[in-house]
Amino acid sequence: MNIHTAPRQWPAEGLTRVPYWVYSDRDLYEEEMARVFRGNTWHFLCLEAELPKPNTFRTSHVGDMPVVVTRDADGNIHAFENRCAHRGSLLCLRERGEAREIVCCYHNWTYNLEGTLTGIAFRRGIAGKGGMQPDAKPESHAPRKLKVEVFAGLVFGTLGKETPPFESYLGAEVAQRIRRVMRSPVRVLGGYSQMLPSNWKLYMENVKDSYHASLLHMFFTTFRLNRLSQKGGLVVSETGANHISYSMSADVAGKEYEQAGMRSAHDEYRLEAPELLQSVDEFGDGIGLQILTVFPGFVLQQVRNSLAVRRIVPIGLEKTELVWTLFGFETDDAAMTELRLRQSNLVGPAGFISMEDGAATGFVQRGVRGAPDEQSVVEMGGSGTSSEESRVSEAAVRGFWKSYRQQMGF
Amino acid sequence: MLAESSLSRSLEHQITVQDLNARYVEAIDDDKLEAWPDFFTDDGGYLITTAENVAQNLPLGMMYATSRKMLRDRVRALREANVYETQRYRHILGAPRVIGADGGVIRARSSFIVARIMHTGEMTIFATGSYEDRVLLDAGGTARFADKTVVLDSRSVDTLLAIPL
Repeated sequence: MNIHTAPRQWPAEGLTRVPYWVYSDRDLYEEEMARVFRGNTWHFLCLEAELPKPNTFRTSHVGDMPVVVTRDADGNIHAFENRCAHRGSLLCLRERGEAREIVCCYHNWTYNLEGTLTGIAFRRGIAGKGGMQPDAKPESHAPRKLKVEVFAGLVFGTLGKETPPFESYLGAEVAQRIRRVMRSPVRVLGGYSQMLPSNWKLYMENVKDSYHASLLHMFFTTFRLNRLSQKGGLVVSETGANHISYSMSADVAGKEYEQAGMRSAHDEYRLEAPELLQSVDEFGDGIGLQILTVFPGFVLQQVRNSLAVRRIVPIGLEKTELVWTLFGFETDDAAMTELRLRQSNLVGPAGFISMEDGAATGFVQRGVRGAPDEQSVVEMGGSGTSSEESRVSEAAVRGFWKSYRQQMGF
Repeated sequence: MLAESSLSRSLEHQITVQDLNARYVEAIDDDKLEAWPDFFTDDGGYLITTAENVAQNLPLGMMYATSRKMLRDRVRALREANVYETQRYRHILGAPRVIGADGGVIRARSSFIVARIMHTGEMTIFATGSYEDRVLLDAGGTARFADKTVVLDSRSVDTLLAIPL
């Protein structure tokens, strides 16, 4: 029997089409881990605040590769593969903690906080017997070290040899918009994770899709947190890799959604406890919502005063962990912290405005199961990837594919 | 050995909490969500958090309410605003352990396990954890939650958390 498998040929239309085999091809997943994640790209590892003092560590991921992030005795931050040189066991089994060195539990091989192998148990044997040959070079199999850059309190790492410096990778506008949010030392409020029943790319497309937000998420529209008719904009970095979508909190009171009969507009809907939406213009620029992504897997979120970083961990072809860390600033008083905690109801797996995203990406994953040769239509806002005022646009989604195709060689 | 009167008071507290939680989970499992806020006092607190956040003394939750009104808004949003596939829960409760009782407030912990059943027939263990309750008895003897903290054993939620736990 001949089973037809779709050739990996990108549709001739280019960026306005996404072939569905990209979400279902098993070999492609391994190739993505190598080319996109372990290639010349930057990956968010953790907040600097998650390594609060010298001799602390935090585990993280680059794609599905496990990583240890450390702060050494001198306060410098390092990251290396969470894999022992010896038999490949995980080195760090806990999420976070304090340590002066990292010791593999399997055979007691020891590493310093830079990830350098410093000790091998019984290397010379016992009483002249056993042990390794003098010319053995186990160090040559040591866990790979990442190049690390700390930018505005965010720790990023790369394995690529030719990854551009972090700030030029971001582009000037994206860098400035990160600094806008990460304006002073942060205080972590907590975190959780969400298992998405979909390929990792579907989530990144979802976050970059400024067109869907106010149509899928009725809460957004009804309370005028984010409507496409509100003032705002869409910024796509020159490489297409990174994006910002933002809207001003000032309400223009437009009736476009109601007149167009959008399901998400529901004018007589009022909250009994409107304090949920009470917010302050803490950045002083009137921007009430800013969603920012850095290719391939980082999201920085400002929804009113709810601030969060999200990072994706692909766990196979059809499963993705989305790790959320919400934060405020060290300077927040009790009332500000309470305001942020109240607004945290808007986001996360139970978020009034974000719970649908976890499901919607799964709807696509299930919807395209029988159609690897079909393709999605990504034509809102034309066919380009340039920044624009209108968010009735899929320019940032096309930017994602531009960057993806470049990394993958499609 | 507890004195007889102390034993009967202790049993009474345990039965009060157990009965309140039994009715509470029944309302959720039977999709009577409109009744859910009434299990709380007017300024009742409700928080769903994770053991990981609790261990680090971090205040963040996935759902956070400080009044019955906020709980009613949650129900209204689930009914009218949020989009999620049809699903139901089945809560299984462990026996409550009464930690203490004073000033008309009973403090208790109970374990729970929740299966989630999707309209597709898919059934999974969705959540396990403990209820950390402060139960208030009003003058008429009605028990309500002055505080209910749901501490999830896992930091991870599959797909989404729409219906409360």
